[in-house]
This record gives sequence, structure tokens and C-alpha cells, in this order.
Amino acid sequence: MLEIGLSHYLSLAAILFALGIFGVFLNRKNVIIILMSIELMLLAVNINLVAFSTNLNDLLGQIFAMFVLTVAAAEAAVGLAILVVYFRNRGSIAVDDINLMNG
Amino acid sequence: MPAIAGDSDAMIAALSFYMFAGVAVASGVMVVSARNPVHSVLFLILTFFNAAGLFILMGAEFLAMILVVVYVGAVAVLFMFVVMMLDINFSELRQGFRRHMLIGATIGVVLLIELLLVMGGWTMAPGALGMVAAPTPAMVQVSNTEALGGVIYTHYIYLFQSAGMILLVAMIGAIVLTHRSRPTVRRQNIANQIHRSANSVEMRKVETGKGI
Repeated sequence: MLEIGLSHYLSLAAILFALGIFGVFLNRKNVIIILMSIELMLLAVNINLVAFSTNLNDLLGQIFAMFVLTVAAAEAAVGLAILVVYFRNRGSIAVDDINLMNG
Repeated sequence: MPAIAGDSDAMIAALSFYMFAGVAVASGVMVVSARNPVHSVLFLILTFFNAAGLFILMGAEFLAMILVVVYVGAVAVLFMFVVMMLDINFSELRQGFRRHMLIGATIGVVLLIELLLVMGGWTMAPGALGMVAAPTPAMVQVSNTEALGGVIYTHYIYLFQSAGMILLVAMIGAIVLTHRSRPTVRRQNIANQIHRSANSVEMRKVETGKGI
């Protein structure tokens, strides 16, 4: 219990990932919170990568985590830009309305 | 007495882990369930700070700092801007919250159990420790940042440049998407002014009492 090992970090990452999935389903209408849940899931993935990296004494995991961070930042920027444009066009961000935007 | 010192070190590490992990999970719960999206963003920031603490605990200081700078400093502030800038009726978006809670909780719990089962039955491959691609140098000789830089700029320079290109494309995409040209606003067009020919202005002698 006192010795903090790989399994502790993996369990924490699993809990955070499940929380992210839960958030996506819980806030089905609010795109902003769905994006935040995706960020939470990516954070869980990063915790996994860094935990394995330090456990195996391999720096490659940390480098991969850095690239995951890059892609997550780009994804957040483009996602929020699309959200702003969508709000400007329709005046709402409800996910249910998005399938009405045909043409 | 080194044995006792080692014990107390392990205990401090364990206590820090449980503190960071507990706060991270609690604020993660608040991110997905907060009534006000501004509070969600603030709890997201708290989660990132605690994850950075966990990274430091693991010995990945550079990633911890990157997490604070990139996520707290850029991504979370971007979320905050969007939440506050858009005039959205958030109570309307929360309809059906309880109905979604059931299915979400079911799927989340099933996924969590699956992940924990996988973790319980997981063993290290026999040759795994021999396949280390970039061995971590001893922390007393080379700092984490220096070691990471050495590996990235030596072996993964093309991937690093591609990451920069991805960020550039994302930046241009975000600007192109959100930029809007307003035709009603008249701006000074300096190029047009400079390109007017000299004979476009003409001097006339206007006689008194008569127009042109």
C-alpha cells in the first residue's frame, strides 16, 4: 500500500479515462464539456505513457507523451474554432441540432 | 539510520501520490458534473495541476512544466474564453441529464472494470527490459529536460518538425475558421491610395456665382 508502483498510476489513469467517457455521455448536449472530457481522457493516456516510461527507464514514453500533448492542443484549438463558427451560424451549441445542418 | 530515512521517504511519496491522485479524481468528477461550465474549466485546471504534481513525483519534470504551460496557460484559457464569449443558455443544455447519467455511468463502470481487469492480468514480457529504446540516464548526471532534448533532437527531429507543422496548421485553421470580414466597415486601403494616377486630381478655375 505504501510502496507506490506502476499499478497505482495505471489505476489512476483508468479512473480518469472512465471519468472522461462518463463525461461525454453525461453532457450529451454541451459540446464544450465534451471537449473538456476528451482532454481529460488524453491526460489519462499521458499518465499511462509517463508511468511506463519511468518504470521501464525508457525516455521514449515521455517523448510520445509530448507529441500527444501537441496534438491535444491543436485539437482543442480547431475544435473550439469550429464551435465558435457553429454558434455564430445557429445561435446554439446543442449537439442534437448538428445533424440538421445539411447543405 | 538509512532504513528509517528510506521509510519516511517512501511514506512522503505515498502521501503525495494519494493527495495528488485524490484531488485529480475529485476535480475530474467536478469537471463532468459541474452546473456552470466556468467551474468545469476551473476544475479542469485543478486536474492538470495535480497531474503535473504526479509527473514530478514520477520524475518527468519537463512534461510537468509543459503540462502547466501548455494546458493551464493556453488550452484552459482558450476554453475559458469560449465559455465566457458565447452567450449560451446552459440550463437548456442540461435537459435529460439524469437520463444520460444512467447510460453514462453504466458504460463508464463497465470500461473501468475492463481496464482494471486488464491491469490485474498484465505481466511484463520477458525481454521487455532489454528492448529499451532510449535508456534514461542517471538523474544526478543529466537532468530530465537535457536527456529528453538529446533524444528528440538526435533521433526524432523529423517527428519534432512535424509536430510544429501540426501546430502551424491548427493555428492557421483556427484563424481562417473564425475570421470574419465585415463589408460594412470601411477601412483605409493604403495600396489603392498610392496607386491613384497623378491626373486623377484636376485643378479648375471656378467662376464666381457659377458651378461646374
